[in-house]
Amino acid sequence: MKDTITEYLNSRFSEVLLPQRDINTNLLYFTIKKEALPTVVQTLKDHPEFAFTYLNDLTSVDWLGKREPRFEVVYLLRSPKNKHFRLQLRVPVGEGEEVPSIVSIFPSANWPEREVYDLMGIPFSNHPQLERLIMPDNFIGHPLRKDYPLEGPGQDYLIEDLLTIHVNEDIAG
Amino acid sequence: MVMYEKTAEHFGKKFKDLPEGHLLVNLGPSHPATHGILQNVIQIDGERVVDTESVIGYVHRCFEKLGERYDYNQFLVCTDRMNYVSTPLNNIGWILTVEKMMQIQVPERVTYVRMIISELSRIMDHIICNGIMGVDLGAFSGLLHLFHHRENIYQILEKLTGARLTTTFCRVGGMERDIYPEFQSEIKTVIKGLKPALDEFQDLLIRNKIFNERTAGIGGLSADRAIAYGFSGPNLRAAGVPWDVRKDDPYMFYDKVDFDIPVGEDGSALDRTLVRMEEMRQSMRIIEQLIDGIPEGPYHADVPHTFLPPKDRVYHNMEELIYHFKIIMHGVKVPPGEYYMSTEAANGELGFYVVSEGEKSPWRVHVRRPCFWYYQAFPELVKGGLLADTIATMSSLNVIAGELDC
Repeated sequence: MKDTITEYLNSRFSEVLLPQRDINTNLLYFTIKKEALPTVVQTLKDHPEFAFTYLNDLTSVDWLGKREPRFEVVYLLRSPKNKHFRLQLRVPVGEGEEVPSIVSIFPSANWPEREVYDLMGIPFSNHPQLERLIMPDNFIGHPLRKDYPLEGPGQDYLIEDLLTIHVNEDIAG
Repeated sequence: MVMYEKTAEHFGKKFKDLPEGHLLVNLGPSHPATHGILQNVIQIDGERVVDTESVIGYVHRCFEKLGERYDYNQFLVCTDRMNYVSTPLNNIGWILTVEKMMQIQVPERVTYVRMIISELSRIMDHIICNGIMGVDLGAFSGLLHLFHHRENIYQILEKLTGARLTTTFCRVGGMERDIYPEFQSEIKTVIKGLKPALDEFQDLLIRNKIFNERTAGIGGLSADRAIAYGFSGPNLRAAGVPWDVRKDDPYMFYDKVDFDIPVGEDGSALDRTLVRMEEMRQSMRIIEQLIDGIPEGPYHADVPHTFLPPKDRVYHNMEELIYHFKIIMHGVKVPPGEYYMSTEAANGELGFYVVSEGEKSPWRVHVRRPCFWYYQAFPELVKGGLLADTIATMSSLNVIAGELDC
Protein backbone atom coordinates (compact mmCIF):
# COMPACT_ATOMS: atom_id res chain seq x y z
CA MET A 1 0.00 0.00 0.00
CA LYS A 2 2.81 2.38 0.94
CA ASP A 3 4.61 1.93 -2.36
CA THR A 4 1.47 2.20 -4.47
CA ILE A 5 0.47 5.50 -2.92
CA THR A 6 3.97 6.93 -3.07
CA GLU A 7 4.22 5.98 -6.72
CA TYR A 8 0.79 7.40 -7.48
CA LEU A 9 1.38 10.71 -5.76
CA ASN A 10 4.85 11.06 -7.25
CA SER A 11 3.59 10.55 -10.76
CA ARG A 12 0.37 12.53 -10.47
CA PHE A 13 1.34 15.40 -8.15
CA SER A 14 5.10 15.64 -8.56
CA GLU A 15 4.96 19.42 -8.98
CA VAL A 16 3.20 20.02 -5.65
CA LEU A 17 5.17 17.59 -3.48
CA LEU A 18 7.85 19.30 -1.41
CA PRO A 19 11.11 17.73 -0.27
CA GLN A 20 10.61 15.82 2.98
CA ARG A 21 12.48 15.94 6.21
CA ASP A 22 13.58 12.62 7.57
CA ILE A 23 11.13 12.03 10.41
CA ASN A 24 11.00 9.03 12.68
CA THR A 25 7.29 8.31 12.47
CA ASN A 26 4.79 5.48 12.32
CA LEU A 27 2.83 7.11 9.50
CA LEU A 28 3.34 7.45 5.78
CA TYR A 29 3.55 11.18 5.17
CA PHE A 30 3.84 13.66 2.32
CA THR A 31 4.66 17.33 2.43
CA ILE A 32 2.64 19.29 -0.09
CA LYS A 33 2.17 22.88 -1.19
CA LYS A 34 -0.78 24.51 0.50
CA GLU A 35 -2.43 25.64 -2.75
CA ALA A 36 -2.72 22.04 -3.89
CA LEU A 37 -4.19 20.69 -0.68
CA PRO A 38 -7.90 20.54 -1.67
CA THR A 39 -7.07 18.87 -4.99
CA VAL A 40 -4.86 16.25 -3.40
CA VAL A 41 -7.34 15.52 -0.61
CA GLN A 42 -10.25 15.29 -3.04
CA THR A 43 -8.30 12.97 -5.34
CA LEU A 44 -7.26 10.69 -2.50
CA LYS A 45 -10.85 10.60 -1.25
CA ASP A 46 -12.42 9.86 -4.64
CA HIS A 47 -9.79 7.39 -5.84
CA PRO A 48 -11.60 4.04 -6.11
CA GLU A 49 -8.61 2.03 -4.91
CA PHE A 50 -7.19 4.25 -2.15
CA ALA A 51 -10.52 5.66 -0.90
CA PHE A 52 -9.29 7.86 1.94
CA THR A 53 -12.85 8.61 2.93
CA TYR A 54 -12.34 9.43 6.59
CA LEU A 55 -10.67 12.51 8.01
CA ASN A 56 -9.01 11.09 11.08
CA ASP A 57 -7.33 14.11 12.56
CA LEU A 58 -6.42 17.69 11.77
CA THR A 59 -3.97 19.74 13.75
CA SER A 60 -0.94 22.00 13.47
CA VAL A 61 2.59 22.32 14.81
CA ASP A 62 4.46 25.54 15.60
CA TRP A 63 8.18 25.15 14.79
CA LEU A 64 9.18 28.56 16.12
CA GLY A 65 12.96 28.89 16.16
CA LYS A 66 13.48 25.40 14.75
CA ARG A 67 12.28 25.40 11.17
CA GLU A 68 11.09 27.58 8.33
CA PRO A 69 8.30 28.23 7.51
CA ARG A 70 7.03 28.48 11.00
CA PHE A 71 3.87 26.36 10.97
CA GLU A 72 2.80 23.02 9.65
CA VAL A 73 -0.83 21.98 9.33
CA VAL A 74 -1.12 18.22 9.62
CA TYR A 75 -3.94 16.18 8.11
CA LEU A 76 -4.48 12.52 8.88
CA LEU A 77 -6.60 10.58 6.40
CA ARG A 78 -7.82 7.04 6.89
CA SER A 79 -8.76 4.52 4.27
CA PRO A 80 -11.24 2.03 5.76
CA LYS A 81 -11.18 0.10 2.52
CA ASN A 82 -7.47 -0.69 2.88
CA LYS A 83 -7.46 -2.08 6.40
CA HIS A 84 -7.79 1.41 7.85
CA PHE A 85 -4.47 2.52 6.41
CA ARG A 86 -3.47 6.00 7.54
CA LEU A 87 -1.78 8.71 5.50
CA GLN A 88 -0.50 12.02 6.75
CA LEU A 89 -0.39 15.19 4.69
CA ARG A 90 1.78 18.01 5.98
CA VAL A 91 1.34 21.55 4.75
CA PRO A 92 4.03 24.12 5.63
CA VAL A 93 2.60 27.58 6.30
CA GLY A 94 4.34 30.86 7.05
CA GLU A 95 3.05 33.38 9.54
CA GLY A 96 -0.02 35.26 8.27
CA GLU A 97 -0.50 32.91 5.33
CA GLU A 98 -3.81 31.24 4.63
CA VAL A 99 -4.46 27.55 4.06
CA PRO A 100 -7.37 26.47 1.83
CA SER A 101 -10.16 24.97 3.86
CA ILE A 102 -11.27 21.40 3.16
CA VAL A 103 -14.70 21.72 4.80
CA SER A 104 -16.35 21.31 1.39
CA ILE A 105 -14.65 17.91 1.06
CA PHE A 106 -14.92 16.74 4.67
CA PRO A 107 -17.65 18.45 6.76
CA SER A 108 -15.81 17.13 9.79
CA ALA A 109 -12.94 19.57 9.14
CA ASN A 110 -15.11 22.46 10.29
CA TRP A 111 -14.36 22.52 14.00
CA PRO A 112 -10.77 21.24 13.83
CA GLU A 113 -9.94 24.06 11.39
CA ARG A 114 -11.61 26.58 13.67
CA GLU A 115 -9.62 25.17 16.56
CA VAL A 116 -6.35 25.54 14.66
CA TYR A 117 -7.35 29.11 13.74
CA ASP A 118 -8.27 29.90 17.32
CA LEU A 119 -5.37 28.34 19.18
CA MET A 120 -2.56 28.55 16.61
CA GLY A 121 -3.70 31.57 14.56
CA ILE A 122 -3.57 29.97 11.12
CA PRO A 123 -6.45 31.28 8.96
CA PHE A 124 -8.29 29.06 6.48
CA SER A 125 -9.61 30.51 3.25
CA ASN A 126 -13.16 29.63 2.18
CA HIS A 127 -14.09 28.37 5.62
CA PRO A 128 -17.86 28.80 6.15
CA GLN A 129 -17.56 30.21 9.68
CA LEU A 130 -14.01 31.10 10.62
CA GLU A 131 -14.47 32.29 14.20
CA ARG A 132 -12.89 31.51 17.51
CA LEU A 133 -14.14 28.19 18.80
CA ILE A 134 -12.70 27.60 22.24
CA MET A 135 -11.43 30.96 23.48
CA PRO A 136 -13.83 33.89 23.97
CA ASP A 137 -14.36 36.24 21.03
CA ASN A 138 -12.41 39.07 22.63
CA PHE A 139 -9.37 36.96 23.56
CA ILE A 140 -6.09 38.40 22.35
CA GLY A 141 -3.42 36.12 20.90
CA HIS A 142 -3.29 32.44 20.08
CA PRO A 143 -2.38 30.38 23.14
CA LEU A 144 -0.88 27.32 21.45
CA ARG A 145 1.79 29.37 19.68
CA LYS A 146 5.21 28.77 21.16
CA ASP A 147 5.74 32.50 21.79
CA TYR A 148 2.53 32.85 23.77
CA PRO A 149 3.69 33.24 27.38
CA LEU A 150 2.74 30.34 29.59
CA GLU A 151 1.53 32.54 32.43
CA GLY A 152 -0.54 34.72 30.15
CA PRO A 153 0.32 37.91 28.27
CA GLY A 154 2.62 40.49 29.84
CA GLN A 155 5.44 38.12 30.80
CA ASP A 156 7.49 38.21 27.65
CA TYR A 157 10.69 36.98 29.27
CA LEU A 158 9.24 33.51 29.11
CA ILE A 159 9.60 33.38 25.34
CA GLU A 160 13.37 33.42 25.62
CA ASP A 161 13.18 30.96 28.47
CA LEU A 162 11.01 28.57 26.48
CA LEU A 163 13.35 28.45 23.51
CA THR A 164 16.49 27.75 25.49
CA ILE A 165 15.36 25.86 28.55
CA HIS A 166 15.97 22.28 27.48
CA VAL A 167 18.77 22.84 25.01
CA ASN A 168 21.68 22.07 27.30
CA GLU A 169 20.10 19.39 29.38
CA ASP A 170 21.83 16.07 29.54
CA ILE A 171 19.14 13.65 28.54
CA ALA A 172 20.85 11.76 25.78
CA GLY A 173 22.81 9.40 28.03
CA MET B 1 -19.05 41.92 31.56
CA VAL B 2 -17.21 42.37 28.29
CA MET B 3 -17.25 38.69 27.42
CA TYR B 4 -21.00 38.46 27.64
CA GLU B 5 -21.58 41.51 25.47
CA LYS B 6 -19.25 40.15 22.80
CA THR B 7 -21.04 36.85 22.80
CA ALA B 8 -24.43 38.54 22.56
CA GLU B 9 -23.17 40.56 19.60
CA HIS B 10 -21.96 37.41 17.95
CA PHE B 11 -25.32 35.72 18.26
CA GLY B 12 -27.02 38.87 17.09
CA LYS B 13 -25.07 38.50 13.86
CA LYS B 14 -25.85 34.84 13.37
CA PHE B 15 -29.52 35.00 14.28
CA LYS B 16 -30.40 38.52 13.15
CA ASP B 17 -33.78 39.24 11.60
CA LEU B 18 -35.59 36.36 13.28
CA PRO B 19 -38.96 35.75 11.62
CA GLU B 20 -41.94 36.69 13.74
CA GLY B 21 -42.79 34.08 16.31
CA HIS B 22 -39.28 32.60 16.39
CA LEU B 23 -37.47 32.54 19.71
CA LEU B 24 -33.88 32.11 20.83
CA VAL B 25 -33.49 29.66 23.69
CA ASN B 26 -30.29 29.17 25.64
CA LEU B 27 -29.78 25.53 26.53
CA GLY B 28 -26.91 25.73 28.95
CA PRO B 29 -24.13 26.56 29.78
CA SER B 30 -25.30 25.36 33.19
CA HIS B 31 -28.13 22.99 32.53
CA PRO B 32 -28.52 19.52 34.06
CA ALA B 33 -28.86 17.94 30.62
CA THR B 34 -25.73 19.44 29.06
CA HIS B 35 -23.34 16.98 30.77
CA GLY B 36 -20.86 19.61 31.79
CA ILE B 37 -20.72 23.23 30.81
CA LEU B 38 -21.83 23.61 27.22
CA GLN B 39 -24.08 26.16 25.61
CA ASN B 40 -26.51 25.71 22.77
CA VAL B 41 -28.31 28.70 21.39
CA ILE B 42 -31.40 27.29 19.75
CA GLN B 43 -33.73 29.14 17.42
CA ILE B 44 -37.21 27.68 17.72
CA ASP B 45 -40.47 28.11 15.89
CA GLY B 46 -43.04 26.90 18.37
CA GLU B 47 -41.64 23.52 19.43
CA ARG B 48 -39.56 22.99 16.29
CA VAL B 49 -35.82 23.62 16.15
CA VAL B 50 -34.91 25.87 13.22
CA ASP B 51 -31.20 26.40 13.82
CA THR B 52 -28.64 26.02 16.58
CA GLU B 53 -25.22 27.31 17.44
CA SER B 54 -22.98 25.45 19.89
CA VAL B 55 -20.61 27.31 22.15
CA ILE B 56 -17.85 25.33 23.80
CA GLY B 57 -14.72 26.23 25.69
CA TYR B 58 -16.16 26.78 29.15
CA VAL B 59 -13.92 24.13 30.70
CA HIS B 60 -10.94 24.58 28.38
CA ARG B 61 -7.69 24.06 30.30
CA CYS B 62 -5.25 24.07 27.40
CA PHE B 63 -3.94 20.59 28.13
CA GLU B 64 -2.05 20.57 24.85
CA LYS B 65 -0.06 23.59 26.02
CA LEU B 66 0.52 21.96 29.41
CA GLY B 67 1.78 18.89 27.60
CA GLU B 68 4.55 21.00 26.12
CA ARG B 69 5.72 21.91 29.61
CA TYR B 70 5.18 18.69 31.57
CA ASP B 71 7.23 15.59 31.12
CA TYR B 72 5.68 12.45 29.69
CA ASN B 73 4.66 10.93 33.02
CA GLN B 74 3.38 14.24 34.37
CA PHE B 75 1.02 14.67 31.42
CA LEU B 76 -0.74 11.54 32.62
CA VAL B 77 -2.60 13.57 35.23
CA CYS B 78 -4.00 15.76 32.45
CA THR B 79 -5.38 12.75 30.62
CA ASP B 80 -7.25 11.81 33.82
CA ARG B 81 -9.22 14.98 33.52
CA MET B 82 -10.31 14.54 29.91
CA ASN B 83 -13.01 11.89 29.90
CA TYR B 84 -13.44 11.79 33.66
CA VAL B 85 -16.08 9.05 33.50
CA SER B 86 -13.58 6.43 32.35
CA THR B 87 -10.16 7.78 33.28
CA PRO B 88 -8.04 4.61 32.89
CA LEU B 89 -8.87 4.47 29.17
CA ASN B 90 -7.30 7.89 28.65
CA ASN B 91 -4.29 6.96 30.79
CA ILE B 92 -3.70 3.82 28.80
CA GLY B 93 -4.07 5.61 25.45
CA TRP B 94 -1.40 8.14 26.38
CA ILE B 95 1.02 5.64 27.89
CA LEU B 96 0.74 3.29 24.91
CA THR B 97 1.68 6.19 22.62
CA VAL B 98 4.76 7.05 24.66
CA GLU B 99 5.77 3.40 24.92
CA LYS B 100 5.43 3.06 21.18
CA MET B 101 7.71 6.05 20.67
CA MET B 102 10.26 4.60 23.08
CA GLN B 103 9.78 1.08 21.68
CA ILE B 104 9.25 -0.44 25.09
CA GLN B 105 7.80 -3.93 25.39
CA VAL B 106 5.83 -4.24 28.59
CA PRO B 107 5.45 -7.59 30.39
CA GLU B 108 2.35 -9.62 29.55
CA ARG B 109 1.04 -9.19 33.07
CA VAL B 110 0.84 -5.42 32.55
CA THR B 111 -1.04 -5.74 29.26
CA TYR B 112 -3.54 -8.17 30.80
CA VAL B 113 -4.29 -5.85 33.69
CA ARG B 114 -4.49 -2.82 31.40
CA MET B 115 -6.99 -4.59 29.17
CA ILE B 116 -9.14 -5.67 32.12
CA ILE B 117 -9.13 -2.15 33.52
CA SER B 118 -9.94 -0.73 30.08
CA GLU B 119 -12.99 -2.90 29.70
CA LEU B 120 -14.15 -2.17 33.25
CA SER B 121 -13.84 1.53 32.44
CA ARG B 122 -15.85 1.09 29.27
CA ILE B 123 -18.61 -0.50 31.33
CA MET B 124 -18.49 2.39 33.81
CA ASP B 125 -18.72 4.93 31.02
CA HIS B 126 -21.64 3.23 29.30
CA ILE B 127 -23.52 2.83 32.60
CA ILE B 128 -23.30 6.57 33.13
CA CYS B 129 -24.22 7.40 29.54
CA ASN B 130 -27.27 5.17 29.39
CA GLY B 131 -28.33 5.83 32.96
CA ILE B 132 -28.06 9.61 32.73
CA MET B 133 -29.88 9.50 29.43
CA GLY B 134 -32.81 8.00 31.30
CA VAL B 135 -32.51 10.73 33.93
CA ASP B 136 -32.53 13.44 31.26
CA LEU B 137 -35.72 11.96 29.87
CA GLY B 138 -37.34 11.68 33.27
CA ALA B 139 -36.53 8.13 34.42
CA PHE B 140 -34.34 8.01 37.49
CA SER B 141 -34.55 4.44 38.72
CA GLY B 142 -32.53 2.94 35.84
CA LEU B 143 -29.46 4.92 36.79
CA LEU B 144 -29.83 4.09 40.46
CA HIS B 145 -30.20 0.43 39.65
CA LEU B 146 -26.90 0.26 37.77
CA PHE B 147 -25.01 2.78 39.86
CA HIS B 148 -24.55 0.23 42.57
CA HIS B 149 -22.53 -1.92 40.18
CA ARG B 150 -20.55 1.06 38.94
CA GLU B 151 -19.68 1.77 42.56
CA ASN B 152 -18.37 -1.78 42.89
CA ILE B 153 -16.02 -1.16 39.95
CA TYR B 154 -14.91 2.11 41.53
CA GLN B 155 -14.01 0.24 44.69
CA ILE B 156 -11.77 -2.08 42.70
CA LEU B 157 -10.11 0.92 41.05
CA GLU B 158 -9.70 2.56 44.43
CA LYS B 159 -7.99 -0.50 45.87
CA LEU B 160 -5.80 -0.81 42.78
CA THR B 161 -4.75 2.80 42.26
CA GLY B 162 -5.56 4.61 45.49
CA ALA B 163 -7.95 6.99 43.77
CA ARG B 164 -11.47 6.79 42.46
CA LEU B 165 -11.80 9.48 39.85
CA THR B 166 -8.28 10.59 38.90
CA THR B 167 -6.65 7.21 38.78
CA THR B 168 -3.34 8.15 37.07
CA PHE B 169 -3.05 4.43 36.71
CA CYS B 170 -0.24 3.60 34.28
CA ARG B 171 3.37 4.60 34.08
CA VAL B 172 5.65 4.55 31.08
CA GLY B 173 6.79 0.94 30.96
CA GLY B 174 4.26 -0.54 33.33
CA MET B 175 1.85 0.19 36.11
CA GLU B 176 2.06 2.32 39.18
CA ARG B 177 1.83 -0.77 41.39
CA ASP B 178 1.02 -4.44 41.20
CA ILE B 179 -2.50 -5.79 41.53
CA TYR B 180 -3.74 -6.78 44.98
CA PRO B 181 -4.45 -10.43 45.89
CA GLU B 182 -8.27 -10.35 45.66
CA PHE B 183 -8.26 -8.44 42.35
CA GLN B 184 -9.45 -11.34 40.21
CA SER B 185 -12.08 -12.71 42.57
CA GLU B 186 -13.57 -9.26 43.16
CA ILE B 187 -13.91 -8.57 39.45
CA LYS B 188 -15.61 -11.93 38.97
CA THR B 189 -18.11 -11.02 41.68
CA VAL B 190 -18.80 -7.66 40.03
CA ILE B 191 -19.43 -9.27 36.65
CA LYS B 192 -21.67 -11.91 38.19
CA GLY B 193 -23.85 -9.18 39.65
CA LEU B 194 -23.73 -6.93 36.61
CA LYS B 195 -25.01 -9.46 34.10
CA PRO B 196 -28.57 -9.79 35.46
CA ALA B 197 -28.57 -6.08 36.34
CA LEU B 198 -28.04 -5.17 32.68
CA ASP B 199 -30.97 -7.34 31.63
CA GLU B 200 -33.12 -5.75 34.32
CA PHE B 201 -32.02 -2.31 33.18
CA GLN B 202 -33.00 -3.16 29.65
CA ASP B 203 -36.44 -4.31 30.80
CA LEU B 204 -36.88 -1.35 33.09
CA LEU B 205 -35.76 1.51 30.87
CA ILE B 206 -35.20 0.57 27.27
CA ARG B 207 -38.36 -1.48 26.89
CA ASN B 208 -40.30 1.28 28.55
CA LYS B 209 -42.81 2.75 26.09
CA ILE B 210 -42.12 6.38 26.92
CA PHE B 211 -38.34 5.96 26.62
CA ASN B 212 -38.77 4.12 23.36
CA GLU B 213 -40.99 6.71 21.79
CA ARG B 214 -38.74 9.54 22.88
CA THR B 215 -35.60 7.98 21.42
CA ALA B 216 -36.55 5.80 18.44
CA GLY B 217 -35.79 7.63 15.21
CA ILE B 218 -34.59 10.72 17.10
CA GLY B 219 -31.28 12.41 16.34
CA GLY B 220 -30.36 9.87 13.69
CA LEU B 221 -27.57 10.19 11.17
CA SER B 222 -27.01 7.98 8.15
CA ALA B 223 -23.81 5.95 7.92
CA ASP B 224 -22.38 8.22 5.20
CA ARG B 225 -23.04 11.40 7.13
CA ALA B 226 -21.65 9.87 10.31
CA ILE B 227 -18.42 9.03 8.49
CA ALA B 228 -18.36 12.48 6.89
CA TYR B 229 -18.59 14.04 10.35
CA GLY B 230 -15.74 11.96 11.71
CA PHE B 231 -17.89 9.89 14.06
CA SER B 232 -16.27 6.90 15.75
CA GLY B 233 -17.04 4.48 18.54
CA PRO B 234 -20.59 3.56 19.61
CA ASN B 235 -22.14 6.54 17.82
CA LEU B 236 -20.71 5.44 14.48
CA ARG B 237 -21.52 1.79 15.09
CA ALA B 238 -25.11 2.74 15.90
CA ALA B 239 -25.33 4.07 12.33
CA GLY B 240 -24.43 0.59 11.09
CA VAL B 241 -20.69 0.96 10.47
CA PRO B 242 -18.72 -1.82 12.19
CA TRP B 243 -15.49 0.10 12.84
CA ASP B 244 -13.64 -0.50 16.05
CA VAL B 245 -10.00 0.39 16.65
CA ARG B 246 -9.67 -2.77 18.74
CA LYS B 247 -10.38 -4.83 15.63
CA ASP B 248 -9.14 -2.58 12.82
CA ASP B 249 -5.81 -1.57 14.28
CA PRO B 250 -5.33 -3.94 17.22
CA TYR B 251 -3.25 -2.85 20.15
CA MET B 252 -2.44 -4.75 23.35
CA PHE B 253 -3.95 -8.27 23.01
CA TYR B 254 -7.25 -7.33 21.40
CA ASP B 255 -6.48 -9.49 18.39
CA LYS B 256 -6.22 -12.52 20.68
CA VAL B 257 -9.59 -12.27 22.41
CA ASP B 258 -13.03 -13.03 21.02
CA PHE B 259 -15.62 -10.33 20.97
CA ASP B 260 -18.25 -9.02 18.58
CA ILE B 261 -18.89 -5.51 17.37
CA PRO B 262 -22.53 -4.61 17.88
CA VAL B 263 -24.01 -2.34 15.21
CA GLY B 264 -27.26 -0.42 14.99
CA GLU B 265 -29.44 0.43 12.01
CA ASP B 266 -30.37 4.08 11.75
CA GLY B 267 -28.00 5.72 14.22
CA SER B 268 -30.86 7.09 16.31
CA ALA B 269 -30.68 7.80 20.01
CA LEU B 270 -32.26 4.42 20.75
CA ASP B 271 -29.72 2.61 18.59
CA ARG B 272 -26.86 4.31 20.39
CA THR B 273 -28.27 3.19 23.72
CA LEU B 274 -28.71 -0.38 22.52
CA VAL B 275 -25.19 -0.50 21.06
CA ARG B 276 -23.80 0.62 24.41
CA MET B 277 -25.81 -2.04 26.24
CA GLU B 278 -24.38 -4.75 24.02
CA GLU B 279 -20.86 -3.33 24.27
CA MET B 280 -21.01 -3.72 28.03
CA ARG B 281 -21.82 -7.41 27.58
CA GLN B 282 -18.94 -7.78 25.11
CA SER B 283 -16.61 -6.06 27.56
CA MET B 284 -17.56 -8.58 30.22
CA ARG B 285 -16.87 -11.34 27.71
CA ILE B 286 -13.37 -9.97 27.14
CA ILE B 287 -12.72 -9.68 30.87
CA GLU B 288 -13.84 -13.26 31.43
CA GLN B 289 -11.35 -14.49 28.85
CA LEU B 290 -8.49 -12.63 30.52
CA ILE B 291 -9.17 -12.70 34.22
CA ASP B 292 -7.93 -16.21 34.99
CA GLY B 293 -4.93 -16.00 32.72
CA ILE B 294 -3.07 -13.04 34.20
CA PRO B 295 0.52 -14.27 34.00
CA GLU B 296 2.93 -14.00 36.89
CA GLY B 297 5.82 -11.60 36.57
CA PRO B 298 6.93 -8.02 37.13
CA TYR B 299 4.52 -5.12 36.83
CA HIS B 300 6.88 -2.96 34.81
CA ALA B 301 9.32 -3.41 31.97
CA ASP B 302 12.95 -3.95 32.82
CA VAL B 303 14.16 -0.87 30.99
CA PRO B 304 16.51 1.48 32.84
CA HIS B 305 15.64 5.17 33.06
CA THR B 306 11.89 4.59 32.84
CA PHE B 307 10.79 3.33 36.20
CA LEU B 308 11.55 4.54 39.72
CA PRO B 309 13.80 1.93 41.35
CA PRO B 310 12.60 0.27 44.59
CA LYS B 311 13.19 2.41 47.65
CA ASP B 312 15.50 -0.03 49.46
CA ARG B 313 17.86 0.01 46.49
CA VAL B 314 17.68 3.81 46.24
CA TYR B 315 18.77 4.10 49.88
CA HIS B 316 21.78 1.81 49.51
CA ASN B 317 22.98 2.17 45.95
CA MET B 318 24.43 5.28 44.33
CA GLU B 319 23.45 4.29 40.78
CA GLU B 320 19.82 3.76 41.75
CA LEU B 321 19.77 7.07 43.57
CA ILE B 322 20.98 8.81 40.41
CA TYR B 323 18.31 7.05 38.32
CA HIS B 324 15.73 8.14 40.81
CA PHE B 325 16.77 11.77 40.54
CA LYS B 326 17.07 11.64 36.77
CA ILE B 327 13.54 10.28 36.36
CA ILE B 328 12.07 12.79 38.78
CA MET B 329 13.93 15.79 37.35
CA HIS B 330 14.21 14.98 33.65
CA GLY B 331 11.51 12.41 33.07
CA VAL B 332 11.79 9.57 30.60
CA LYS B 333 13.85 9.88 27.42
CA VAL B 334 11.77 9.80 24.30
CA PRO B 335 13.74 9.78 21.04
CA PRO B 336 12.93 12.44 18.42
CA GLY B 337 10.00 11.51 16.23
CA GLU B 338 6.33 11.95 15.57
CA TYR B 339 3.72 9.39 16.43
CA TYR B 340 -0.01 9.07 16.15
CA MET B 341 -1.57 6.30 18.14
CA SER B 342 -5.25 5.72 18.65
CA THR B 343 -7.14 3.52 21.04
CA GLU B 344 -10.81 2.68 21.34
CA ALA B 345 -11.96 4.67 24.33
CA ALA B 346 -15.50 4.31 25.63
CA ASN B 347 -16.61 7.23 23.51
CA GLY B 348 -14.78 6.39 20.29
CA GLU B 349 -11.35 6.78 18.78
CA LEU B 350 -9.07 8.58 21.20
CA GLY B 351 -5.86 9.54 19.44
CA PHE B 352 -2.65 11.12 20.66
CA TYR B 353 -0.38 12.88 18.19
CA VAL B 354 2.97 13.53 19.79
CA VAL B 355 5.95 15.39 18.34
CA SER B 356 9.14 14.77 20.27
CA GLU B 357 12.40 16.64 19.75
CA GLY B 358 14.23 14.44 22.24
CA GLU B 359 13.69 16.86 25.07
CA LYS B 360 12.15 16.43 28.49
CA SER B 361 8.71 17.48 27.28
CA PRO B 362 7.02 16.83 23.95
CA TRP B 363 7.35 19.65 21.41
CA ARG B 364 3.68 19.26 20.57
CA VAL B 365 0.86 17.14 21.92
CA HIS B 366 -2.47 16.92 20.20
CA VAL B 367 -5.43 14.93 21.44
CA ARG B 368 -7.96 13.64 18.94
CA ARG B 369 -10.93 13.42 21.25
CA PRO B 370 -14.06 11.73 19.94
CA CYS B 371 -16.58 14.15 21.52
CA PHE B 372 -15.16 17.08 19.58
CA TRP B 373 -16.07 15.46 16.26
CA TYR B 374 -19.55 14.38 17.40
CA TYR B 375 -20.61 17.69 18.74
CA GLN B 376 -19.99 19.64 15.55
CA ALA B 377 -22.74 17.53 13.95
CA PHE B 378 -25.21 18.59 16.63
CA PRO B 379 -27.02 21.25 14.51
CA GLU B 380 -27.60 18.74 11.74
CA LEU B 381 -28.85 16.14 14.23
CA VAL B 382 -31.48 18.35 15.85
CA LYS B 383 -32.65 20.62 13.03
CA GLY B 384 -36.32 20.11 12.26
CA GLY B 385 -36.94 18.10 15.42
CA LEU B 386 -38.66 19.07 18.63
CA LEU B 387 -36.92 21.11 21.29
CA ALA B 388 -37.38 18.28 23.80
CA ASP B 389 -35.62 15.89 21.41
CA THR B 390 -32.40 17.90 21.56
CA ILE B 391 -31.99 16.58 25.10
CA ALA B 392 -32.35 12.96 24.00
CA THR B 393 -29.90 13.55 21.14
CA MET B 394 -27.26 15.20 23.28
CA SER B 395 -27.49 12.56 26.01
CA SER B 396 -27.17 9.73 23.52
CA LEU B 397 -24.06 11.29 21.94
CA ASN B 398 -22.36 11.12 25.35
CA VAL B 399 -20.78 14.54 25.06
CA ILE B 400 -18.41 15.03 27.99
CA ALA B 401 -17.30 18.62 28.44
CA GLY B 402 -13.90 17.75 29.90
CA GLU B 403 -13.02 15.75 26.84
CA LEU B 404 -14.65 18.10 24.34
CA ASP B 405 -12.74 21.18 25.50
CA CYS B 406 -9.57 19.43 26.57
